[in-house]
Amino acid sequence: MAVPSAAIQPRSSIFSRILSRWSESRNALGFGFMLPAAALLLVFLTYPLGLGVWLGFTDARIGRPGIFIGIENYEYLWSDAVFWLSVFNTLLYTISASILKFALGLWLALLLNQNLPFKSFFRAIVLLPWVVPTVLSAIAFWWIYDSQFSILSWALQQMGLIDHRINFLGDPENARASVIAANVWRGIPFVAITLLAGLQTIPQSLYEAATLDGASRWQLFRYVTLPLLTPIIAITMTFSVLFTFTDFQLIYVLTRGGPVNATHLMATLSFQRGISGGQLGEGAAIAVAMIPFLLAAILFSYFGLQRRKWQQGGGD
Amino acid sequence: MAAIETSNRPNTDEGGMGYLQSLPRRVVTVYLPLLIFVIVLLFPFYWMTITAVKPNLEMTDYANFNPFWVVHPTLEHIRYLLFETSYPGWLLNTIIISTAATFLSLLAAVFAAYAIERLRFSGARQVGLAIFLAYLVPPSILFIPLSVMVFNLGLYDTPFALILTYPTFLIPFCTWLLMGYFRSIPFELEECALIDGASRWQILTKIVLPLSVPGLISAGIFAFTLSWNEFIYALTFIQSSENKTVPVGVLTELVRSDVYEWGALMAGALIGSLPVVVLYSFFVEHYVSSMTGAVKE
Repeated sequence: MAVPSAAIQPRSSIFSRILSRWSESRNALGFGFMLPAAALLLVFLTYPLGLGVWLGFTDARIGRPGIFIGIENYEYLWSDAVFWLSVFNTLLYTISASILKFALGLWLALLLNQNLPFKSFFRAIVLLPWVVPTVLSAIAFWWIYDSQFSILSWALQQMGLIDHRINFLGDPENARASVIAANVWRGIPFVAITLLAGLQTIPQSLYEAATLDGASRWQLFRYVTLPLLTPIIAITMTFSVLFTFTDFQLIYVLTRGGPVNATHLMATLSFQRGISGGQLGEGAAIAVAMIPFLLAAILFSYFGLQRRKWQQGGGD
Repeated sequence: MAAIETSNRPNTDEGGMGYLQSLPRRVVTVYLPLLIFVIVLLFPFYWMTITAVKPNLEMTDYANFNPFWVVHPTLEHIRYLLFETSYPGWLLNTIIISTAATFLSLLAAVFAAYAIERLRFSGARQVGLAIFLAYLVPPSILFIPLSVMVFNLGLYDTPFALILTYPTFLIPFCTWLLMGYFRSIPFELEECALIDGASRWQILTKIVLPLSVPGLISAGIFAFTLSWNEFIYALTFIQSSENKTVPVGVLTELVRSDVYEWGALMAGALIGSLPVVVLYSFFVEHYVSSMTGAVKE
């Protein structure tokens, strides 16, 4: 124990007396302690959030402050087929990638929860895709998906499964599947390790009791594991959905929204219109259009968390 | 530091009912799927590494050379990367920016977390919730208004643009993590110190912080990794080549028109990943346990 409890002496300088009087008030001290974090967050998070909403109602361009134009940006987007395509892409991307990440992540978590040799080694290995910068691993996927020298095409050809090279990123359908696969690859570790942490808090005795009562393997999973894991699943999947929905990096590296906008997500479209195209107002409007979806995802998780209170008999 | 054990799990009977499963069954249901998972999760890294040391001739000639192996490994790509591009500069930028942003965020987060968790000022609960909600605000929504702000503040194309904006996602994260950690430190210790006449500042620096070193380390590693990996702000706020960070530099400067320097790209990706991988490999146990909040007294 490195706690010097007896060594602390009250000092008597004027400074410390003022400090101690000040520190008697929880609120004053709390305010002082919150100040650095609150200032940074208010200036660089809350204010830009408001500014973003405001920009969505203006025709601002890079280098020119805009004037208020009402909902013109939104009217334009409403009749813009590319915007709606990006909404569709984002939903498709989020829903399919999240389902795959959840299913595979849960499976991997269950595997890692078994009594394995080299347990911590496996855990460390599995985390790798999540640790490495997304952009850098996406560059590796870019090379794996290369139209001419794709190792996947080559391997499948050698095995005789396909007779010509797959155009992974050049064809709309393939490109969508490819970016989803890369996203799932990156997302599995997070889901798996978080769920593994949840699994490890479930006492073995519950399984033993259920087995004595004659529960099958499936019943053990369905009636013991799953209900006890629900709260952590709700949190994990909310985060996963949020980050997938607002994904930018992977698409920017692999396809930049192409071919023919087939993989444009709302975030990449917002970047393309707002920064590359210079139409800050329109880009901000696209970003603001993401907010309702995000709120829906957060509310969804909120109700997931509510269930935890119910499971624990009301207390939290 | 005997008061805090990082891995204290309830299921002390190792293996549980695993003995009920026969070996062949285990091979099919556990080892085989696990092997496939590990291969799929690791393959891109293998491919990255092997490409980084492969001569260009072998890289594109699948007929004469097995692509899964390298016959004459070469350091040419790495040499090119380190001596003929701005890569070392990007590496240095990323280190400076990540360290500064991490330090700033940790400092702010320690105070905020302590205030919310232990000072319990009026409205502390609401502030805690607000901090959590702040973490849910994604950079993809903020980058356009932030770019306007950064430009107006005269920070455009400087490291400060990133050092000041990264805390927007680091502070909520670190605060949340440290709040969980501070919660695990017994109240009695602080009460003892208060009776002995310690001020809140002394309690924080002499009792709470020394006890939460593991928590600070995990929060620091998280923050460092998150800023190392950040892309969209770095892409938007930095213009000139010498101020770029590794992820942005590799993507925007090494890819020239149609000629892809795959070897150099892969070497850049590999070297850019190494620092965070090394950090994690040292602290992976911390990481897993802090995620569970499995920090027990």
